[in-house]
Amino acid sequence: MNFETTIGLEVHIELKTHSKIFSPSPVAYGADPNANTNVIDWGYPGVLPTTNKGVVADGIIAALALHATVEQHTHFDRKNYFYPDNPKAYQITQSDKPIGHDGWVEIDVDGVKKKIGIAEMHIEEDAGKNTHERDYSYVDLNRQGTPLIEIVSKPDIASPAEAYAYLEALRQRIQFTGISDVKMEEGSMRVDVNISVRPVGQQKFGTKTELKNLNSFNYVQRGLEYEEKRQQQVLMSGGAVQQETRRFDEKTGETILMRVKAGADDYRYFPEPDLPALNISDDWIKELDAAMPEMPGKRRERYVNELGLTDYDAMVITQTKEMSDFFNATVALKADPKMAANYLQGDVNAYLNDKQVDLQATKLTPEHLAGMINLITDGTISSKMAKKVFKAITEGEDPKAFVEANGLVQLSDPAKLQPIIDDVLSANPQSIEDFNNGKKRAVGFLVGQIMKQTHGQANPQVVNKLLMAALQQ
Amino acid sequence: MDYFKTDLASLHADLVAKKISARELTQATFDNIKTTDAQVDAFLTLNEDAALKQATKIDEQGVATDQPLAGIPVALKDNIVTKGLKTTAASKMLANFNPVYDATVTEKLAQAQMITVGKTNLDEFAMGGSTENSAFKTTKNAWDYTKVPGGSSGGSAAAVASGQVLAALGSDTGGSIRQPAAFNGIVGLKPTYGRVSRWGLIAFGSSLDQIGPMTRSVKDNATMLSAIAGHDEHDLTSSTQPVPDFAADLTDATSVKGMRIGLPKEFLADGVADDVKQAILAAADTYRQLGATVDEVSLPHNKYGVAAYYIIGSSEASSNLQRFDGIRYGHRADDVKNLEDVYVKSRSEGFGDEVKRRIMLGTFSLSAGFYDAYFLKAAKVRTVIMNDFKAVLKDHDFIMGPVAPTPAFGIGDEIKDPITMYMNDVLTIPVNLAGLPGLSLPAGFSQGLPVGMQLIGRPFDESTLYKAGYAFEQNTDFHLQVPTLGGQH
Repeated sequence: MNFETTIGLEVHIELKTHSKIFSPSPVAYGADPNANTNVIDWGYPGVLPTTNKGVVADGIIAALALHATVEQHTHFDRKNYFYPDNPKAYQITQSDKPIGHDGWVEIDVDGVKKKIGIAEMHIEEDAGKNTHERDYSYVDLNRQGTPLIEIVSKPDIASPAEAYAYLEALRQRIQFTGISDVKMEEGSMRVDVNISVRPVGQQKFGTKTELKNLNSFNYVQRGLEYEEKRQQQVLMSGGAVQQETRRFDEKTGETILMRVKAGADDYRYFPEPDLPALNISDDWIKELDAAMPEMPGKRRERYVNELGLTDYDAMVITQTKEMSDFFNATVALKADPKMAANYLQGDVNAYLNDKQVDLQATKLTPEHLAGMINLITDGTISSKMAKKVFKAITEGEDPKAFVEANGLVQLSDPAKLQPIIDDVLSANPQSIEDFNNGKKRAVGFLVGQIMKQTHGQANPQVVNKLLMAALQQ
Repeated sequence: MDYFKTDLASLHADLVAKKISARELTQATFDNIKTTDAQVDAFLTLNEDAALKQATKIDEQGVATDQPLAGIPVALKDNIVTKGLKTTAASKMLANFNPVYDATVTEKLAQAQMITVGKTNLDEFAMGGSTENSAFKTTKNAWDYTKVPGGSSGGSAAAVASGQVLAALGSDTGGSIRQPAAFNGIVGLKPTYGRVSRWGLIAFGSSLDQIGPMTRSVKDNATMLSAIAGHDEHDLTSSTQPVPDFAADLTDATSVKGMRIGLPKEFLADGVADDVKQAILAAADTYRQLGATVDEVSLPHNKYGVAAYYIIGSSEASSNLQRFDGIRYGHRADDVKNLEDVYVKSRSEGFGDEVKRRIMLGTFSLSAGFYDAYFLKAAKVRTVIMNDFKAVLKDHDFIMGPVAPTPAFGIGDEIKDPITMYMNDVLTIPVNLAGLPGLSLPAGFSQGLPVGMQLIGRPFDESTLYKAGYAFEQNTDFHLQVPTLGGQH
């Protein structure tokens, strides 16, 4: 039996606003429990929410970044349910008129491009956090009211690999807008997944299961792969998939039954009476659209077509807006694009991984990287010397000043190199003989000797040229 | 101090002239409350120490002429939060609740240097029309202690009517200021929705609730409204409309001349007591004599108001009251085994019958499968009712009619019969649904009990209502009559 898979993803993105969506409390991490709260966050009697305009703007930006239609006449709704981390016992969210709908992102799986539809995106508040100890449970409302955007995909995702690619595309586009850090490891991006399979040709979708505890894109893909197979096996053995929630086990890579869903929850949605309807003007949308940074797809095209990068290089450079902006700035300072891309993917990424920091948290600047690359291309330093210079620029030093101070200037003057070459040749007659007998390896040995004599400062290209001329005499 | 023989302006003049000190006035107010409240039961909490301290401070500074309310005692309905002063909403759920912040109206009155003497009784969470739903006590009608004071702002109404204070704040979701004002023969205003900030009003029906003043005269009412109205950044449903000095305009007793008044025929239909009808028809004659025209008009969908209101108000209430869950504040049941127990037992013990009834009604109306037939339908009815008013008010300056179909009924008479109780609000509820201002003022008596008249205006046109109310007052003497306290009729 052949099956087709349908995957739905609900992605929650935490916004980087200064204050909460409906209260002036700060959005910040690491504070003492309940330090970043006020009467509104406590759901105190008599309090009212006020809408943070910045969150609405971010909702519009997300809609624009995901090619969605902005709903210009919208409002908030209440979603009612009891839980201790939900102090009002309702969440203020958007139900019948989400701020954006009918968007899409393009994914690329093994060279096959596909558009994945986005049903809707809405702005809402996050809940607090419960922690449990032996005799007590604790409620921390610091996170209560943190602004979120929930993005719901259309049932277009047909494989775990597509799910991965969709998340990557979504993360990248949102990251470029700057409205969120979109980091799963820090909880600023959270993913709820559902999956169903059905025999090819069947009209009705199969029964779906929900997966929890998917804390990285990899786990999403692995969890879906396991669940896809499990459901296929259930159907092939004549069984029926149950509507249930399953937990992904990171160690075994399996999904484990958490609970069976009995009917749908009834959240009794209704329009939030404490907040006026939102009327979003054309001008506001235009203004936000005009301020929108260039998206990764556009940048990739430009890098390939105008700057001559490979598709792969362009993809790696556009992983984050910071990297891509850094690249743009470096190239704007006349650095060779290919070299700039290589350095960013190689030495810079290695450095960031080693130090476990983000690019913007380092002392590296486009000015210094461009300065170093320009010193390489004009022959002042060799790429070998550049290793030392790179270390210096990670510490915030100016490359040119560093090169001068440390005498790292490359020896390129033939008049100065020729005597050294002559000395090395006369000291190594065997190598000349080997060369004349066709052993090309002798060249490498001689270059090494010359480098040694010049403490590595000789320009390899000039040395090669002079040496070959001398050997072929 | 005899509050029956003065008003805000005269008291203010006396305070400025130092004929009386704020402290003397405040002390006299407490002395009087302590004597009379044994029978009236208007107050849930007195604020004596803080009030006297504040009065002393005001005396030290002196009362400025531009502070018309400075040093004058006021009472607040106990669903308006007051920092450090117990606020119960007349519910066991909040029996020991001391808020950490002030409502905007509390703050505004403090800025005006009014002295909060206490918190008045109400139907639990403002749900009811007789104040019998209070978890703590039954307030009496100032004119007859065997009768209800109306509700839900029954405590504030009885306090003003029995001369305990000159001014009080109430809240009105479906008639809760206007009906008790009518039952007690005083003046009560339900402002336009958005005129007064709801920040700090313990929410019942968020799209209907408004705080408003309850006083002995129209002019005092106008003075109070100017003090509490205005846009508030804490309440996005509060309006940015400018707030006039409403009382300043009230000098001309004939200002209704040339006005067109609508008298809806539905307001005098079956179910409205004869004495009430007669009082309203007489009032219409008074307005005609003052040079206004009174036309019979129609609000054809008025009759659907009560049904729509009990769905919308209860739906909002069912959601608003979910926060009383026993987790962070308020009543928490002992003897709980798990989280569900905390919720179920705390709420079962903390809420009274009427509150539970409305939570169930609202929860049902919002449930999947019923939402369209109930909540959504009610919302549509609301729009139709609004349009009825809009049509009449297009060519009428205001609408007049009764406040309630009958005068005050007996304590215990209707409490077992919710539907009859709900129908008391048939003439006030549509005004909340439409978000319009409604003024209740004395217009007659029926067997010794006051009968109220309601004036309904255009959005944010409280000025016209006050002018019309003032003109009526100046040409009648109903508002001058005072109850024989403790008297039975």
